[in-house]
Amino acid sequence: MVDHILSILIFFPVVAALFGVMIHKDSIRAYGITVSVIEFVLSLWMWFAFDGGVAGMQFMESVPLIPAFGINYTLGVDGISIFIIILSTFFTMLGIASLGEMKNIKNMIITLLMLQMTMSGVFAALDAIVFYLFWELSLVPMLYIIGAWGGPLRIYASIKFFLYTFTGSLVMLVGMLFMAYFYYQATGQWSFAILDWYRLILPENFQLWLFAAFFMGFAIKVPMFPFHTWLPYAHGQAPTIGSVILAAILLKMGTYAFIRFSLPLFPDASVFFMYPIAVLAIIMVIYTAMVAYAQKDIKQVIAYSSISHMGIIIIGTFALNVEGVTGSIFLMLGHGVVAGALFFLVGVIYDRRHTKMMADFGGLAHVMPRYATIFGVMMMASVGMPLTINFVGEFLSLLGFFKQSQILTLLAGVGIIVGAIYMLAAYKKIFFGQVTHEENKNLPDVNKKELLALIPLVIIAIWLGIYPKPILDPINNSVETIVQLMHDKAQTHEAKMRIPSPLKDMAIPVSSIEEAN
Amino acid sequence: MLEPINVSLESLNLTTLAPMLIPIVGALLIIVIDTIKGGLDKTLYVVLSMLFILMDLGSLFNASDVFSVSGTMMGAFDVMLIDGLAILSQFIIVGASLLFIPLALTHKRFHEFSYPEFFALFLFMISGFQFMVATDNLILVFVGLETASLALYTIIAMHNRDKSFEAAVKYFTMGALAAGFFSFGSMVFYALTGSVEINQIATVLAANNYVDMGYVLVGTVFLLAAIGFKVSLVPFHTWAPDVYEGSSAAMAGYMSIVPKIAGFIVAMRIFEFLIHSGVVWLEIILYAVVVITMTAANMWALVQTDVKRMLAYSSISHAGFVMAAVMIGTTQSNSALFLYWILFAFTNLGSFSMLWISRQKSLPDYQSSDHSYSKFAGMIQTSPVAATIMTLFMLSLAGVPPFALFWGKLYMIGSAVSAGYTVLALIMALNSAIAGYYYLKLVVYMLMREPIDPNGGDVYSGNATLALKTIIGIAAMGTIFAFVAINPLLEFVTAFVYNSGY
Repeated sequence: MVDHILSILIFFPVVAALFGVMIHKDSIRAYGITVSVIEFVLSLWMWFAFDGGVAGMQFMESVPLIPAFGINYTLGVDGISIFIIILSTFFTMLGIASLGEMKNIKNMIITLLMLQMTMSGVFAALDAIVFYLFWELSLVPMLYIIGAWGGPLRIYASIKFFLYTFTGSLVMLVGMLFMAYFYYQATGQWSFAILDWYRLILPENFQLWLFAAFFMGFAIKVPMFPFHTWLPYAHGQAPTIGSVILAAILLKMGTYAFIRFSLPLFPDASVFFMYPIAVLAIIMVIYTAMVAYAQKDIKQVIAYSSISHMGIIIIGTFALNVEGVTGSIFLMLGHGVVAGALFFLVGVIYDRRHTKMMADFGGLAHVMPRYATIFGVMMMASVGMPLTINFVGEFLSLLGFFKQSQILTLLAGVGIIVGAIYMLAAYKKIFFGQVTHEENKNLPDVNKKELLALIPLVIIAIWLGIYPKPILDPINNSVETIVQLMHDKAQTHEAKMRIPSPLKDMAIPVSSIEEAN
Repeated sequence: MLEPINVSLESLNLTTLAPMLIPIVGALLIIVIDTIKGGLDKTLYVVLSMLFILMDLGSLFNASDVFSVSGTMMGAFDVMLIDGLAILSQFIIVGASLLFIPLALTHKRFHEFSYPEFFALFLFMISGFQFMVATDNLILVFVGLETASLALYTIIAMHNRDKSFEAAVKYFTMGALAAGFFSFGSMVFYALTGSVEINQIATVLAANNYVDMGYVLVGTVFLLAAIGFKVSLVPFHTWAPDVYEGSSAAMAGYMSIVPKIAGFIVAMRIFEFLIHSGVVWLEIILYAVVVITMTAANMWALVQTDVKRMLAYSSISHAGFVMAAVMIGTTQSNSALFLYWILFAFTNLGSFSMLWISRQKSLPDYQSSDHSYSKFAGMIQTSPVAATIMTLFMLSLAGVPPFALFWGKLYMIGSAVSAGYTVLALIMALNSAIAGYYYLKLVVYMLMREPIDPNGGDVYSGNATLALKTIIGIAAMGTIFAFVAINPLLEFVTAFVYNSGY
C-alpha cells in the first residue's frame, strides 16, 4: 500500500469529497475533520516510510495515460516535495478543524477536500502534463472559495486571480509542448516525463525562450513583481481559510516549480537570467515591504509581507547553489507555517470584530493576552528572528546568494529590516497602548478551537527554528543532486562557474546553521 | 450514334453509398407513414430516426473495417471517395445526430417536433452532410452541401418564433451567397484544369507549375469564402449568432458541430494540396483568417449578455482554432482536428442541452432573453446538480484540465508547435486565456451570485425528461472521463488520417 501512497494521498480526498455530498450538513464538519486527519496521518506515514538518505525519487508510480503522446501518470516525491505535501495536508486539517460558522459549510468542506487533491497532485506529479493538470485544477476550488465566501469585491478578486494564473499557465503549457517536441526530435519519442527531460541538454538560445515561457506561468503564481497585483486582492477578499491555504500552499507551487522545472531543465538560462530575476526579487522584497508599511488593513499587511518573503525564496532559489536552494525550500515551509498562522490570527480577530482595520484596535494585549502572545511569536518568526523557523530559511537563502553577489544580498537584507519595521509597527498599533475603542474592552480571548489550530503552528515554528535537521537533511540530499545535475548540464563557462558542483564544494549548510544558532 | 456504355455493377462499388442511403430511406419512410396515418405522436418519429441513425452508424463501422483492411475506396463512377477522413467525419456527424435526436423528447411541447417533416428533413440533412464529406468531386460536394443546408434552413424556421424566421431567412440568404461563391470557385478551377475532381485539379496544377497564379488565387478565395460561411470564419460569421439565437438551443448546439465538421473536411481536401504546393500567399490568407477568427470572436463573446449568443461566438472561436489545424496541414494537426471536434461535440452538445432543458415558454420580467446570464444567478443554491454540470461544461470549454476539451487543445497546440508555428501556438494559448473570461462569467453567475428567485430552482430543468437527462449525463461523462478515451481515440484517428494520406 505504501507503494501507492501518493495516489492515495491524491485521490482519497476526492473520493471522500464525493461521498461527502451525501452527508447531512449538520454532521459535515465532523466528517471533514475525520477525512483531513486521515489524510494528514497518511502523509505522516509517507514521511515515516520515506528514506531521507536517498536523494532520488521515491514511491514512484507510473500508469500510461496517453502513451501515443508521451503522457503518463507518473508520481514520485523527493526531499524537495515531500514536506510541502505534508504541509498541505496539515493546513487542510487545521483549516477544516478551525472553520468558523459560515453559510454553505458543506460546500466549503467539499471544496477544501477537492483543493487538497490538487495540492497533493501538483507536488507529487513527475509528468509535466499531470503537473499542469493539477496546477490548473487548483484554480477552480480557490475561485469558488474566494468568490462564494469572500468580501464585497469577491467576484472581481476571484476572477482576477483565476485569469492571471490561467493566462500565465497557458504560456507555460506552450513551453511544455516545446520541451516534449524537443525530446521527440532528440529521441524519436514523445515524453512529458520530467525525469526524461532532465537528461536533455538544450542549446542555449532555446533554453532562454523556454525559460521565459515557464517563467510566465511560475512568476504569476509566486507572484513575482510586477505580476503580483492579483494577490492583495485575493487575500483582501478571501475568507480566512482561503487566505491561509493560498499563502501557505498555493503560492509555493510557483517557487517549487522553479526548482523542479526551471533550474534543472535550463541551467544556462538560469544563470543568464539570475541577475534580472534577483533584481526583480529584491524590488519585490523592498517595494512590497514598503507597501505593507503603508497599509491600514492588517490582512493587507500580512498579504504584502507574504509577497515580500516570497522574494527571499526566489533569491535563494536563484542562488543556484546548494545552500541557497535548500534554504529557499526550507523557507517555503517556514513561510507556509508562519504566513498561514498569521492569516489564522487575523481571522480570529476578524470573527470577533468584523473589521481588519488596525485603527479599530489598540491595546489588545490587555484584553487578549494569549492572542497577543501567539501573535507576537508568529510575528517574530515572520521577521526572521533567530531560533524561529524563518530564520533558518532566510539565512541559508541569503548565504547562498551572497556567494553570487554581495551587493544584491545586502539589499535583500535591507528588505528584511524593513520587514521588521512594518511588522513591529503593526503589532504596536494593534496590541500596545490604551484600549481606545469601547467594543474592544470585552473581547474574548482565543478559544479552544482556535488554540487547536494555532498551538501546533507555534510549536512547529519554534521547533524547526531550533532543530531543523530532520527536515533540512532530506532536502539537502535532493538539492545536491539537482545542483550536481545543473552543474553537469551547464554548457557555458560562466554557468559552470556560477553553479558549483556540490561534490567538490561540500559546504554543509546544516552545520553552519547550527553554529549560527 | 453513341456507343452504349458498359459498366459492371462491381466496379460501381455501391456499398460505398450505403451509409448515405440509409437515412434517405428512413426519411422517405417517415413521410410515407405520415401520409398513411397522420397525427402520430412525436416519440414514434424520434425512435424511428434513432433506429435509422443507428443503422447508419452500423454501416459506418462496417466501412471503417473495410477501410482498415483495404484502404481508400472509390465508388459510384468514382465520385464517392471513402477514405479515413470521410469515415471519421461521418462518425462525428452521425454520432452527434444520434445524441441530438432524443433532445426532441422535451417536457414542454414545442411546435416543430409535432411535424413528421422535421424528422424527415433531419435525416435528409444527415445524408447531405455525409455526401459532402465522402467525395472528391466538387459537384457532389455542392449537391451534398445544398441538400443539407436547405433542410437545415427549414428546420430552423420550424421553431416558430419571431426570431426563428429571421434566423432562417438570414441563414438562407447567406447560404445562397455561399453557394454562389462555391460554384464560382469550382468553375474557376474547372476552367483552369478541366476537372472537378480535387485530386485531378491538384495534379494538373502541379504539372503546369501553377502558371495561372492569378486564377488560382481567385478560385481559392471564392472557395475559402464559401467554406468560411459554412464553418463561420470571420468575416463570414455574421449570420451565426443571430441564427443560433433564433433556433432552439438544441438545434444551435447541433449546428455548432455537424455542419462545421463537414465544412472542415471539404476545406482539408481543397486546401491540403494548395498549402503543400508552397504557395506562400495562401498560407498568409489562411493564417490571417484563423487568427482573426479566434481573436475577434473571443472579443465579441466577452460583451454578450445572453449565454446562447456567447456560446455562438465561442463556437466561432473554436472553429478558428480548428481551422488552424487545416492550415498547419500535418498528419498530427489533422488528427488533432478530429480529436478536438469529437471532444468539442460532447462538451458543446452538453452545454447547449443544458440551455435547452432550462428553456421557458414565457420569460419573467428580469430576463431580457431566453438565456440571459442573470437567469443563472445563484443556480448552485437552487439547483446544485445542474449548476455543477454546467460548470463542468464551461470549464471544459475553457480548456481546464482534465476535462475533455483540454486534451484537444493540448494536442492541437502541440501540433502547431511541432510544425514550427510557434507564434500561432502562443496566439492559440492566449486566446484560450481570453476565452476563459466569458466562460468564467457564467460560472461566476451560477456559483457566486445570489439567486433572484430563491425558490425558482425548477426552471433550470423545467424542460427535462429522462431522455434529455440521459443525453446530458452522457455528455458529462464524456467530458469528465475523456482522459481515459484519449489514447485509443488518438491512435484510431491518427491511423485513419495517416492512411488517407493527410
